[in-house]
Amino acid sequence: MREITIPISDDDIRSLKVGEPVLLSGIMVTGRDAAHKWMMETFIKKTREPQGEDLAVYDELKKLLNGAVIYHCGPVVSGLDTKNYKFVAAGPTTSIREEPYQAAVMKHFNVKGVIGKGGMGAKTLQGCAETPGVYFHAIGGAASYIAQQVVRVLGVYKLDFGVPEAMWVIEVKDFPVVVTMDSHGGSQHVVVDDNSRKALDELLAQPY
Amino acid sequence: MRDLTNEILELIRRTSSSLPPDVEKKLRESVERETPGSAARGALETILKNVELSRAQSTPICQDTGTPIFYVHYPEGWSTRKLKEQIRAAMVEATKKSYMRPNAVDSIYDKNSGNNLGGEDFPSVHFEEVDADEPLVIELMLKGGGCENVGAQYSLPDNRLGAGRDLAGVRKVVLDAVQKAQGQGCAPGVLGVSIGGDRGSAYIKSKEVLFSEMGTRNTDPKLAELEERLTHEANTLGIGPMGFGGQTTVLDTKITGMHRLPASYFVSVSYMCWAYRRRKMTVTGVDVVYE
Repeated sequence: MREITIPISDDDIRSLKVGEPVLLSGIMVTGRDAAHKWMMETFIKKTREPQGEDLAVYDELKKLLNGAVIYHCGPVVSGLDTKNYKFVAAGPTTSIREEPYQAAVMKHFNVKGVIGKGGMGAKTLQGCAETPGVYFHAIGGAASYIAQQVVRVLGVYKLDFGVPEAMWVIEVKDFPVVVTMDSHGGSQHVVVDDNSRKALDELLAQPY
Repeated sequence: MRDLTNEILELIRRTSSSLPPDVEKKLRESVERETPGSAARGALETILKNVELSRAQSTPICQDTGTPIFYVHYPEGWSTRKLKEQIRAAMVEATKKSYMRPNAVDSIYDKNSGNNLGGEDFPSVHFEEVDADEPLVIELMLKGGGCENVGAQYSLPDNRLGAGRDLAGVRKVVLDAVQKAQGQGCAPGVLGVSIGGDRGSAYIKSKEVLFSEMGTRNTDPKLAELEERLTHEANTLGIGPMGFGGQTTVLDTKITGMHRLPASYFVSVSYMCWAYRRRKMTVTGVDVVYE
């Protein structure tokens, strides 16, 4: 299986095609609904004033996300009392909720890969072409297995969002994913949706 | 009255980390149906590795430990108030032990409570009284948010789908719900379907049918036939595990009927992800048995 190390080069991104299984290694950042809304409003659209440590976190995120990967994940984390954090369960969450933000976040931070489940829509596919970037599909629900591939938790930002919504900085080794949206406009999700719709129409036309 | 907090904690641990054997068996059968080397088969193989690992380590099968839904069948004379207190105390402890993710968020102030308690409704606890000489039975289901989000309720007739107020119409809307869900609900899923009721009671019923064992059919032959037909037809849609394409989109379908108002005809579909976590404890005297 193809192995890819984060940060990912543009050449590597362009070489990835829909359907390809990949093992990812390197440093990535988790982010889901609250994180995407916060990044969009505070740093991209600037409709909200930065508060508290926001600007310091922004500087760190710019470095961490450049050429790197965002993981749509709300983990179960142990060691919250001691800050000796460990990922206990860490599968992907449904990505489509980040559709309003994802393309803008990819372009703003030069994010090369987004990991999640369920795929994303036309706006993100366009973002994948422009950045360039890809969407990696992880196995939904395979939480203990994926947590094992998280070798270290390097830190956490925005823990005030709550454990699932915080931005966890993690190092992973051989994280298994499948490319389902590439930088050439290809989307496995569009293909499966179209084909299943045709199959549904045929079923609906059958008598009971 | 006996304090069962620790026993309920054990029920939560088992539910979160150990997939029931009937579900695991169905998943193992599904692997064989997918083409070797396909993304669909790879997904199912990873799922099964995860099932084994979670059980061995007592770690959550899925990080979304879901809405905890308890059904308590209590013998006459037990205090439901005290049982609810014990369930809530066990939830707090389960969260500390990382069997559960802190999963209760205040919708108005966007604040996670941090301990899986939220108002009177989280966790969700249903009580049903049984005779005094019967055992206490507590059932628990953990239902993740991804699959809950793709649940659907149809008010028939549905003109877009040409679905009328009969089983032919029910078939059409259920297949539509599966197609709309794609892989978003962590396919392969299990369908809980209720026909009738009001909007609220119907959705509750569509989850209650998910407590029954995989493969058991409704005693009404008309519904039993529709259950089998829907599972078969959903698997011809080509959505497959995780929506990667493939043969296995739905593992099983459960249907139940309810009385309705003359004016209403609801079909409610609860989609349960492959991480179909449900367990049961039975308390007879001092003995506690887990299934």
